[in-house]
Amino acid sequence: MAIWLTKESKVIVQGMTGSEGSKHTRRMLAAGTNVVGGVNPRKAGTTVDFDGTSLPVFASVGEAIKETGADVSVIFVPPAFTKAAVVEAIDAEIPLAVVITEGVPVQDSAAAWAYNVSKGNKTRVIGPNCPGIASPGASNAGIIPADITPAGRIGLVSKSGTLTYQLMYELRDIGFSTSVGIGGDPVIGTTHIDALRAFQDDPDTDAIVMIGEIGGDAEERAAEFIKEHVTKPVVGYIAGFTAPPGKTMGHAGAIISGSAGTADAKKVALEAAGVKVGKTPSETARLMREVMS
Amino acid sequence: MDLFEYQGRDLFERHGLPVLGGGVAETPQEARAIAERLGGKVVVKAQVKVGGRGKAGGVKLADGADEAEARATDILGMDIKGHTVHKVMLAETADIKEEYYFSYLLDRANRTFLCIASVAGGMEIEQVAEEQPDRVAKVAIDANLGVDEAKAREIVTQAKFPAEVAEHVVDIAVKLWAAFVAEDALLVEVNPLAKVGDGRVLCLDAKVTLDENAEFRHADHAALVDQSAVDPLEQAAKAKNLNYVKLDGEVGIIGNGAGLVMSTLDVVAYAGESHGGVKPANFLDIGGGASAQVMANGLEVVLSDPSVKSVFVNVFGGITACDEVANGIIQALALLGERGEQVTKPLVVRLDGNNAEAGRAILDGANNPLVERVDTMDGAAERAAELAAAGK
Repeated sequence: MAIWLTKESKVIVQGMTGSEGSKHTRRMLAAGTNVVGGVNPRKAGTTVDFDGTSLPVFASVGEAIKETGADVSVIFVPPAFTKAAVVEAIDAEIPLAVVITEGVPVQDSAAAWAYNVSKGNKTRVIGPNCPGIASPGASNAGIIPADITPAGRIGLVSKSGTLTYQLMYELRDIGFSTSVGIGGDPVIGTTHIDALRAFQDDPDTDAIVMIGEIGGDAEERAAEFIKEHVTKPVVGYIAGFTAPPGKTMGHAGAIISGSAGTADAKKVALEAAGVKVGKTPSETARLMREVMS
Repeated sequence: MDLFEYQGRDLFERHGLPVLGGGVAETPQEARAIAERLGGKVVVKAQVKVGGRGKAGGVKLADGADEAEARATDILGMDIKGHTVHKVMLAETADIKEEYYFSYLLDRANRTFLCIASVAGGMEIEQVAEEQPDRVAKVAIDANLGVDEAKAREIVTQAKFPAEVAEHVVDIAVKLWAAFVAEDALLVEVNPLAKVGDGRVLCLDAKVTLDENAEFRHADHAALVDQSAVDPLEQAAKAKNLNYVKLDGEVGIIGNGAGLVMSTLDVVAYAGESHGGVKPANFLDIGGGASAQVMANGLEVVLSDPSVKSVFVNVFGGITACDEVANGIIQALALLGERGEQVTKPLVVRLDGNNAEAGRAILDGANNPLVERVDTMDGAAERAAELAAAGK
């Protein structure tokens, strides 16, 4: 078992015929993901060959679901078209939409989220601007390298892609149930709290790594949630202790505004909730190792 | 991107919001010309992207063009909380009867937008919210439904705007939302929104933040960037499409992925504590798939910073293969050499992840005396800090 993405997941790719989409469709297939097709209205009816696997291209997410039973969509379309792609996935009521695209305008992300809410939240949206979700040994939806770690019993949720890879790598001998990259944008579809709740309920996850960074108060809210609802051990890491206020550090959401969104405040909140917070990624891995031993 | 007040005022005016006549000047002579055009009493306001300029003496009244020129002379070049005043805005004065507050902003926690409105304006809204919370209305705005007349009335009622200004505020609320959406703003704040002597309600200040992710659909926003405030290194990096932020330390940082680079800054700063307090000199995320060209561009920018004494290249190969990164570093150094930019500062490189062993072997084989390889991120940070301290 894992959260949200399993061996049984049937994955389609919106933007499969684009350069990023086709590159990562190939990688997902190589990782053993059950990719069943792609969506591009202009190329509907054609097929694309990926090293011997021929995948059909559908006109819409709805058609792809009808023909293949797909229950996960990974979205690689450019920022200008991302909102329309997410809205289409929501309209088709696909259970999981993973939005990899970076640089989506915040008003588009907020509009897509409001739309999802108005439609009854039938679609779990992960991202945008995220590396996706990987359940090692089972399925991989996004761009997380599939060969970093085998399956195991740690769950991971992170705003950052490379820090996710770093922690997965350092703890590869223990292994992971699922890693979820939620993305570093100000408005995202899946939060730390959503993932914490799912890991708490997942019988195959024993402990959780939570990676945050400066900006917003998602980590503080996650700390409150952990205090009330999470009984499994949680180890945390926050990036950006030395980031200056008012500067956006790579991720659109990674900015300290005035005194809000600092790494210190997040660390204090997490520690108050009983979370052990590492000073560096390596120390964080060490803390998790202690928990798992 | 935060706008100056005068840019916000112009933006408001373009979207049909009631503002006072005004103009922006970079010299006292320009200020005089604007004051002559506006006529009568004017207010001269320092254009800085920081609060508290009034208390700092950056806002002055002037009666006529002579005084306007004199006040502009006083204010231009002033330092307000570390911001040098390069521009002043001149605006007509208003006979203010009451001051209110009105804003739309992103509510990250609730993934929606929020209207904050108060009849207690003219001061920091955070202070009002703390001292008189019942006088601050917060109304959630659905991103798809927006603010129509009915929603605007809801805001006006909740904020308890007086009856005689209600219609004016409804009109402003609708137009301000239209501007917020049309410009892809993350914040529009009017403080004060003022009732003036003739009964009108005017936007007397304009604080606007625009979404840089939306630049692709706003060709005109590029012109709003304040070139005088852009660090030359940041400008050079942007021209090369690099995600770079200048900081004030001595250890140049190059890494892949925003989170890992932020983490690298922290780890270097911790290591610096035992090496004369050296700190990271910059944030530079070269992203995934760093080619030799991207690595060369990154190294060029980082090495051109005179305060950099050592460079820490910290890469975790996810999609990117570390052997490609290693080749990139070696080629980058050769490329820079060919361009006549002899590299003399030491590089500490840590490679992990995808094909790390091959990458390490390439660096070891290249046997470049300036390139030192360290296996762990913490160890490499320590060494980079040590080298920077030695080079100070």
